[in-house]
Amino acid sequence: MIRLENLACTFDAGTPNAKTVIKNFNLTVAAGEFVTIIGSNGAGKTTLFNLISGSLMPTSGRVWIKDQDVTAHPEYKRARYLGRIFQDPLAGTASNMTLEDNMMITCKKGFKWPVISLNRKMRAYFRDQLIHLKMGLEGRMKENVSSLSGGQRQALTLLMMVLSRPAIALLDEHTAALDPRNAAVVMDLTTRFIREHRLTTLMITHNMNHAIAYGSRLLMMDAGEIIIDVSGEEKAHLTVPRLLEMFADIRREAFGNDEMLLTGGRNLGH
Amino acid sequence: MLEGIFVEGLIYAIMALGVFFTFRILDFPDLTVDGSFPLGAVIMATSLTAGQNPLAGLLLAFGGGVLAGFVTAAIHNRLKVPHLLAGILTMTMLYSVNIRILDNRANLPLLRVDTVLTHVAAWAENRIPVEWAALIFFILVVLIIKLALDLFFHTDMGLVFGALGNNEQMVRVQGVNPATLKLIGVGLSNGLVALSGAFAAQYQGFADVNLGQGIVVSGLASVMLGEFIIKSNRIGMLTLRVILGAILFKAIMYLGRFYGYYINMTPNDLKLIAGILIIASLAVTNYRRIRGKGGTAA
Repeated sequence: MIRLENLACTFDAGTPNAKTVIKNFNLTVAAGEFVTIIGSNGAGKTTLFNLISGSLMPTSGRVWIKDQDVTAHPEYKRARYLGRIFQDPLAGTASNMTLEDNMMITCKKGFKWPVISLNRKMRAYFRDQLIHLKMGLEGRMKENVSSLSGGQRQALTLLMMVLSRPAIALLDEHTAALDPRNAAVVMDLTTRFIREHRLTTLMITHNMNHAIAYGSRLLMMDAGEIIIDVSGEEKAHLTVPRLLEMFADIRREAFGNDEMLLTGGRNLGH
Repeated sequence: MLEGIFVEGLIYAIMALGVFFTFRILDFPDLTVDGSFPLGAVIMATSLTAGQNPLAGLLLAFGGGVLAGFVTAAIHNRLKVPHLLAGILTMTMLYSVNIRILDNRANLPLLRVDTVLTHVAAWAENRIPVEWAALIFFILVVLIIKLALDLFFHTDMGLVFGALGNNEQMVRVQGVNPATLKLIGVGLSNGLVALSGAFAAQYQGFADVNLGQGIVVSGLASVMLGEFIIKSNRIGMLTLRVILGAILFKAIMYLGRFYGYYINMTPNDLKLIAGILIIASLAVTNYRRIRGKGGTAA
């Protein structure tokens, strides 16, 4: 579904400030895989998503989506295959427009012609879909999205992403800005939608427990490279201490004050 | 005089609707307006003197405005030039283009040709006073344009326009090229502006290449005055308040022109007044936002 070949990305290349964010990156994600990605700040996780979605062009290497070389395609062209959700709940919706207008814009990918498709049938369809969120949004379709809470907006963004029928979902810490209760709700919705729509998914998270609990494959990134890649049986039996051990084995350095530990580490004592 | 304010207000309302489209919906501050307004006027005047019927002249003027908008959007999209600069470039170039269209003249009187208004006057003869006929005519024209715009903003494309000014990333993620949308939007907006210029030339009885000086400022002032009168988020109200704002702006300018001498004001001060109106609107909006939202970012 996604194939990255020798991908590299350097910011300010050729200057003294040159910073290589992604180096020598090779990754193949098969259709239907649910990949969780962890790594400390600056590991290159979001840059990786930017390279896949085309909001950033690689310095070298190729990007394949659905057996098609899309390296030269601009972001809006690749968007046909991709559904992307950001950490910021405001990023996925137009806040000064109504719920139904937002859903109308996102329910179909591609160019929009000047025809009116938002009719009674469409509204009924949106209402049916909103009921699944169990947030009471089906009664607020004429309200501006800005009146929703962060959790509601992110759940709505998730729903709109799924309804636009992408082949691949890119989730960039999409629950990180929410309170624990809403984060749990959105995470439940995420897994349900991924299962129901058989989405190939890449999910960045800062939470080691999430990375282990969800998905069929786990990648750990560090300094622009994949350092751990586990799936199948091995992934099923993975624990946070085991993961940390693997990391320490590879890097042979004290794990000490790494920020990543802050979220995963709290639960270390079982 | 009263119907004069309304007629001029309505003519300028068409231009203000164009300015509203770019400034408020697209979030694309477009200065092409200062060139596309006289462009519409000179195209109209030239085609009328060439013996074309007024409807053809209006269509040509609209088309010319759309092309002018395309140029600005293309400069911005292709060369990654900031929108303000792209607009200034087109506006400046249009000054020369407009003089060319007028066959190397700076103005063209329309005294001996049949304009839309002569047709309206001919129809009104023996029925209703001519001034009232003109007023009714322009109310109809503006109403049709307003309703067409309202309808447009309810279409799929119109909705994406709404999202574009709000959240460009969302539009891109949807697989729509923002550059194409900007091309269409800025084109349509300038088409309206040129249409307004075409009507203005016929109403004043001449086309002048300097007709557009500072017009974008008066358009913006109209939009902001409208936002004062009505608070709403519904598109029908948004376009309505632009029209009301344009009429109110014209009224204020009339007052300034006719009664300004009491306070030693001359017509030359009107542009200063227009600018101060905008600054005052901005200041009050800012104040309201800070108070209304308790300091949270809007």
